[in-house]
Amino acid sequence: MSKCLVVVGGHRYGRPVTSAAPLIRARGLVKRFGDFTAVDGIDVEVRPGEAFGFLGPNGAGKSSTMRMIGCISPPSGGELRILGMDPVRDGPAIRARLGVCPQLDNLDPELTVQENLTTYARYFGVPRSTARRRAAELLDFVQLTERADSRVEPLSGGMKRRLTIARALVNEPEIVLLDEPTTGLDPQARHLVWERLFRLKQQGVTLVLTTHYMDEAEQLCDRLVVMDGGRIVAEGSPRALIEQHSTREVLELRFAAESQEAFAGKLDGLGERVEVLPDRVLLYVTDGDAALAQVEARGLTPAAVLVRRSSLEDVFLHLTGRTLVD
Amino acid sequence: MVTLVLPRLLDTAGTTRRSASMVERNVAALKSVYWLLLISGFVEPVLYLLSIGFGVGRLIDGIALPDGRVVEYAVFVAPAMLAASAMTGALAETTFNFFGKFKYQKLYDGIIATPVRPFEIALGELSWAMVRGSAYSAAFLAVMVTMGLTTGGRALLAFPAAVLTGFAFGSAGMALSTFMRSWQDFDLMASAQFTLFLFSGTFIPAEVYPAALRWLVEVTPLYRSVHLLRDVCVGGGGWWGLADVLYLLALTALGLTVASRRMVGLLYR
Repeated sequence: MSKCLVVVGGHRYGRPVTSAAPLIRARGLVKRFGDFTAVDGIDVEVRPGEAFGFLGPNGAGKSSTMRMIGCISPPSGGELRILGMDPVRDGPAIRARLGVCPQLDNLDPELTVQENLTTYARYFGVPRSTARRRAAELLDFVQLTERADSRVEPLSGGMKRRLTIARALVNEPEIVLLDEPTTGLDPQARHLVWERLFRLKQQGVTLVLTTHYMDEAEQLCDRLVVMDGGRIVAEGSPRALIEQHSTREVLELRFAAESQEAFAGKLDGLGERVEVLPDRVLLYVTDGDAALAQVEARGLTPAAVLVRRSSLEDVFLHLTGRTLVD
Repeated sequence: MVTLVLPRLLDTAGTTRRSASMVERNVAALKSVYWLLLISGFVEPVLYLLSIGFGVGRLIDGIALPDGRVVEYAVFVAPAMLAASAMTGALAETTFNFFGKFKYQKLYDGIIATPVRPFEIALGELSWAMVRGSAYSAAFLAVMVTMGLTTGGRALLAFPAAVLTGFAFGSAGMALSTFMRSWQDFDLMASAQFTLFLFSGTFIPAEVYPAALRWLVEVTPLYRSVHLLRDVCVGGGGWWGLADVLYLLALTALGLTVASRRMVGLLYR
């Protein structure tokens, strides 16, 4: 029973995902707060039907970018067009067609779960009866029907998040902006959110999300940009990024001795890159097993070994560094 | 500037609808506890009227109006209590409640992601405050007519004047609230409000003050409101009532403008 598939934007069925005009287009986009430059001249294009991700550590400028796209933060410089319109001049008209799930839930604490949806729909001018019908459908979509008459405050973090996502859909938006949609959720809640977002994508809704979870980006995004210090440092599909910025496999070696450093010197010439961490050594290689054989041939006997495929996390850490940002 | 003002003028239908959705939200949020608060706002001015208007009035033979007529003290005090209750009702909504929604509930942060604009939030919240303020005014006018402190006809005229009073105080209060940093700042506001309540020609005619002080009192919004309502309820003020109306309209416009500008700055970061 595919009861939920009709919930959002039924009219978008079968809309081809082509290289149509971009829904979001930024050129040299800048956001400054006083002396601080949060977004430092980025170029971005998001096409209809795609799931686009902004990946980056805290303070990379992801949220500032999202707020500008959401037309609630005027750009300090550069050019930004959303749905072909100017966010400063046409803010209300653009926002009418956007759905926004902000980083921090700002649900209405004085209203019930269901009222949060119906009231929000009214801000968009959705007729009352339509608002009620959509609220019921959306509560079903995010599995909160049983909590419809509950206040917001006693809900768990995952429930609040799902309600915020449902709220972002009451106006049947063409673009949904999700700022760290699963931060702070437990694994079950995260998977549920991912699954719902995936369904939205299947329905042709364009998703724009920020995250610092690599698995989230790999699961959801067709294309993404990696941001660091307000700039875009890499761009492409998750696969392309891995191919471009990392090797096919990673060989992780853990040596019994105190310092991994001593062993690292003996690994010269193996793989494209060696990275020494306090507790292990990473060898970026094409063939992990072959590399391991070579390591053993040099008479080294690591206490623990792991051969794994290269992930987006390797790319991310390579590009943005391992230093703690906040 | 042009981009701020022009669409606002062109899109009155949209603005009305979006402001109304803000009022609708408040209706939905109206829960049983709130009714108690509403009742207290009505009871307070009635108690003042009974204790001071009639109580103190017993000790006074009567009080002279500017046009020379002498009226009972309660007749003199009642329109002032009407003005004060309109002020209190409007301020309660646009100061405490507004500030809480703005700074603590982050309610407006969620709403600005919709087509609703800060000006429309301000207008909606003010309209809601006026629903509350108008209810107080209507109830108090009914009390005044019942006690013979004014006539039915005058009460009908006084109602819109009381609503205007509420609008002026509501929008001024909202503008001030956007400058508040914490709840402590509201103590100052409460003191200012009480000072206005005591000295705005409410219990004592402003004519008894020394010239400089009298001038100061006469430019305060509560004095103008009391003056207007006393005119309408009892008569005797002449054409000065028109000046009061213009004053209150101007204050309403100023308050709304300042409030929505400040909200734009605070919300559209």
